[in-house]
Order: sequence, then C-alpha cells, then structure tokens
Amino acid sequence: MTDRKSETAPPVIEVKNIIKHYGSVIALSGVSMKVSQGEVLCLLGDNGAGKSTLIKTLSGVVRPSGGDFLVEGKPVAFNSPRDALDAGIATVYQDLAMIPLMSITRNFFMGREPVKGIPPFRRVDFKYCSEVTREEMHKIGIDIRDPNQAVGTLSGGERQCVAIARAVYFGAKVLILDEPTSALGVAQTSMVLKYIHQVQQKGLGVIFITHNVRHAFAVGNRFTVLNRGKTLGTFDKSEISLEELQNLMAGGKELQVISHELGGTI
Amino acid sequence: MAPIEQKIGDASNSDERIKQVGFLTHMMRRPELGAVAGLILVVAFFFLTADRSMFSLSGLMTILAPASQLGILAIAAALLMIGGEFDLSIGSMVAFAGLIFGAALTNFGQPLWIAILITMLLAAAMGAVNGQIVIRTRLPSFIVTLAFLFILRGLTLVGLKWATGGSTQLRGIGEVVSDGPLKGLFSGVAFQDLFSWLAANGLIEKFDNGVPKVTGVPVSVVWFIAIAGLATWVLLRTRIGNWVFAAGGDPNAARNSGGPVDRVKTGLFALTACAAALVAIITVLDAGSTDARRGFQKEFEAIIAAVIGGCLLTGGYGSAIGAFFGAIIFGLVSIGLTYTKFDSDWFQVFLGSMLLLAVLFNNFIRRKVTGER
Repeated sequence: MTDRKSETAPPVIEVKNIIKHYGSVIALSGVSMKVSQGEVLCLLGDNGAGKSTLIKTLSGVVRPSGGDFLVEGKPVAFNSPRDALDAGIATVYQDLAMIPLMSITRNFFMGREPVKGIPPFRRVDFKYCSEVTREEMHKIGIDIRDPNQAVGTLSGGERQCVAIARAVYFGAKVLILDEPTSALGVAQTSMVLKYIHQVQQKGLGVIFITHNVRHAFAVGNRFTVLNRGKTLGTFDKSEISLEELQNLMAGGKELQVISHELGGTI
Repeated sequence: MAPIEQKIGDASNSDERIKQVGFLTHMMRRPELGAVAGLILVVAFFFLTADRSMFSLSGLMTILAPASQLGILAIAAALLMIGGEFDLSIGSMVAFAGLIFGAALTNFGQPLWIAILITMLLAAAMGAVNGQIVIRTRLPSFIVTLAFLFILRGLTLVGLKWATGGSTQLRGIGEVVSDGPLKGLFSGVAFQDLFSWLAANGLIEKFDNGVPKVTGVPVSVVWFIAIAGLATWVLLRTRIGNWVFAAGGDPNAARNSGGPVDRVKTGLFALTACAAALVAIITVLDAGSTDARRGFQKEFEAIIAAVIGGCLLTGGYGSAIGAFFGAIIFGLVSIGLTYTKFDSDWFQVFLGSMLLLAVLFNNFIRRKVTGER
C-alpha cells in the first residue's frame, strides 16, 4: 500500500484559483483543491455551487477560463475527456456510465477493446475480455453468473462498482465519482462506499462528489466545501464534525433557522 | 454494514456458478431468436397449405430473389437501427441511385465501373448528409429522413424527365453495358458451372435438352448472404460493432467511455445509402431500365424485416442475421401465398400481424434479458 500521508509526492490533482465563465455567467470564481494518492477528498456543495463545472473541468469536458491545473505537479490543459483519461483521471458519472442493453464484458472494455489479428481481419479478443471481466467482478465480489449478461440485470450499486472497477483496471490514478450514491438505497449505498474505501486502500486518489454529508463523512479524509463558485474551505476529518459540515454546506444560517422551525428534524 | 461485508467477501465460491448459464438463457439472449421461430412457423404453415412446387429449387429461387433485394436493405437498416437511428429515405434512395447510375451510363456514356463508383460515392455522400443533419440538429432521424424520402423521390422524377426528355422511365441501359466480369458481379446468376454440373449428374431438375431448370443463384442472393455474414461478424466481433451497439444503447455513456458516436452514426447512414445504391445497381442492370417508382415503400419493408429480425425501435439491440431471416420471412409470405389457395392479398394482413407480434415479442425478450423492471 502506498503511504497515505506521503508529503513528499506532489498531489495527483491540484487546482489553484480555477475560474470558469460561460459567457456572462460565472460558474467558478476561484476554486482551489487538491487530492493526493490514497486519499478520499469529498467535494460538497449545494445545487449550483459549481460542483458539476469543476468535475467537467477536471475530466476535460470543459476548459477553464483561468487558474492553474496541475497533475502530479505539472501544469496540464485538456482538450477532451480522452486527454484526461490518458492522464489517469477517470470520471464515473451517476447514470451515464453503463449501457444497460450491453453485456458487462462489452461495457467493461468499451472504447478500449483489446484486438487481435491483422487488418482487415482485426477483431476484439472477447475471450480474453470475458476472462478479465469475470476476474475483476470476482475481486469486487459482484456475484455474476456470466460476464455476458446485460448490465441491465445488475443493481444500481453494482453498476457503479463495475464502472469504478473498470476505471481502476485501466490504470486510473484518480477517480472522480459524480454523486455515485445519490440514486441508491441504503444497502446499495454501503456497497459503493465500501468499494470506494477499497479503492483508496489501493493508493488511488478519489474525488467523491456528493450532497449527502453522511455519505461523505463515512469515507472521506478531507472535505472541500463549495458555495457560489468559490471554495468555502477545506477541512480534515479531525477538524470538523458532521453537523458543522452540514451547516457550512447549506450556507449556515438559513439551515439553522429552518431546522429550528421544523423542530430540529432536518 | 454487515451484509455488505459478507457480499464483498463472499465471492470466493461463486466460480462454479459461472459456467451454469442455461442453454435456454443463452438462446434467449440472441436477438434473432424471434425471427428464427417466426421462420419455422411460416415454413410450417406453407408446408401444410402450399403446393409442393414452392419447395422445389426453382420455387426457392423465386422466393429468394426478391427476399435478397429487400434483405440487403434490411441488414443495413438493422445496423442503423441498432445504432439508434432510422432511415426512411432508403426506398427513395434506390430510385435516386438508379437514376444516377442510368444517367451516367446512357446520358454521359460512362463505362460501367465509373457509373458504379459515381453512384456509390454519391449515395454515401447523401447518407452522410442525412447523418450530419441528424447529429448536428439533434432532430429525430425519423423526421429528417422523412424529408429526404420526398426530396429524393422528387429529385428522381425531375431528373428522369430531364434525362429522358419528359419520360419517367429511363430505358436502353442494357444495350450500353457490355458483358464482362464486372457486369457478372451485379447481374444475372452465379455458380452456373456448378448448376450445369449438378444437372448433368442428375442432382437437380433439367429440361430435356440438358439445360438445368435453375441455371444458377441470382447474384443478389450471393450479395445478400455475403453481406449478412460480414455484417454479423462486424457487429459481434469488432470494435466498430461494439460502438454501434453503444451508440444506440446510450450515446452519452458511449461518449463518456471514449466511443466515437458521431462518426459511427454518420458511417451507418452512409452505409445504408450504399446498400440502397447496390440494390439499385443490381435491379437496374437486371431490368435494363430504371423508373421513378423503383424502391417504392422499401424503407418500410426494410424496417419491418429488421424488427421481425429482433431490432428494438429504441436502438442498442438487434442483429444482422435476424434481419436476414426477417427478409426471408418477408419473401416467403409475399411469394408463398401464390402457391396456396389463399387470395394473395392476405399478404399485407399477414405482414402487419407479423410486425405486431414481433414488436411484442421483442419487448418481452428485452425485459427478460436486461432484467428491466
């Protein structure tokens, strides 16, 4: 296992004062954050805080208007999601990761199919693909009877786990998980959180985006809170309590008022 | 957390179960299952009701010739449907390509190979235009290609009148094309030597003068089988095939995984148009003329054959071999009724019912396969 508190290695991803404008709309006005190997950074923020724009910037979907973006200490500028993938940054989107009608194997190797034979007879080595998929599913404990069954037969939690396993298998250094638990039930959520923990143990950096403070607190090492396109602050798990984090995320005062009116049941 | 812990740690003994995929489950997963079942039903029906001559070699060729022409279109339409799009303009494209091909040969006096090349390139370009409009405007392909259904049919009429000086039929194509190996690829029958040999050895029926009653396999049938084989291989075994399924199954997920969705879709539109052009070339060479009604309503027939073959209307699921069987069912029913005592106008009733049944069956199978709730 990689040393989690390794201070000598530069962070896998670091952004400093990142700015993004869409025309006259300012989506990000100076966000800073970093994630190191073997660390789970939770990115918290209410709707409209700029989480999505930040992820899109990190995963190469949009280009920042300003600020520094460093991968392993070196400045980068991505032109496409492919560039980000090649740099080891893999993004798992909430429900846009898997194609339900296709088999687990085909999904697992989508876009990175191993081929054999010479053109024009070049074909995908599906035997190898199925073996690898079966093995990888086995490792994460997803009980499939056949890697050729459709992804639609898996539960939501299993699908997220397959998407994460795929990113890990293809050598991601950092995983960006976009609200992986928001559509899941309790058991499914713990399954995904458990797996995030496993991935972290392997030494990958994880950026876990959520607006559920409890999910964040269960696996996170550090928490960066966004509000209105700015970083409100970054906290170590030891520095902050769940309640403080929740208040910070919702903009503090308003939530307390509502909470009071609702009899403290929020 | 406890049950999850169990789940994560409990995978060690699941290996034995992996191999126990039932034969039935395996078959159910094949999209063409419905078409095979349908084919068996239809054959059984005609076996009971039709004249024996339907199942002779010449009867078989009579059925396969129109089935193969439709089938070439249906396989391309199936690939496009799996890729998540429709092309309603393929019927009109047959007529349009026929005009281009005919005019290149007669009005412009080009040799056959140039006429074929021009027809194919122009068809591919038109298909790519269709695709680019669909992709860039994000309009449903249904409506964009419906527009082209009329545009191309209209252009064909106008063009024919221009090329012939007022007629809607362009004749004299047979006279300007000389026989040769290239013509043999697109017209007439194949395997003549084999059939003569078979007749000489008394293996197939022959006339009294020794000429076999069936002189060979129509080239369209050979193209049909070759295209079905190639399309199936590409779809199931290559990266492009994987991307076709992905583009139709969920374009966003496919893009996020690095699949070139737009290029795949554009390519499929071009391919569909080329299939229409191929059918145009074959039928025009066989008839020696082309007219404005060529390929009329073929777009619907092709889509019906693809659906009978197991393609979902929503994309992402289906097979080329299914469309192959779908087209054969189509040919069997349309020609087969003339071998029975039934009025052959029952054909359309039969076809409509078949389509409805196929759609219901496909939806049922999809729910079964994907565990959709």
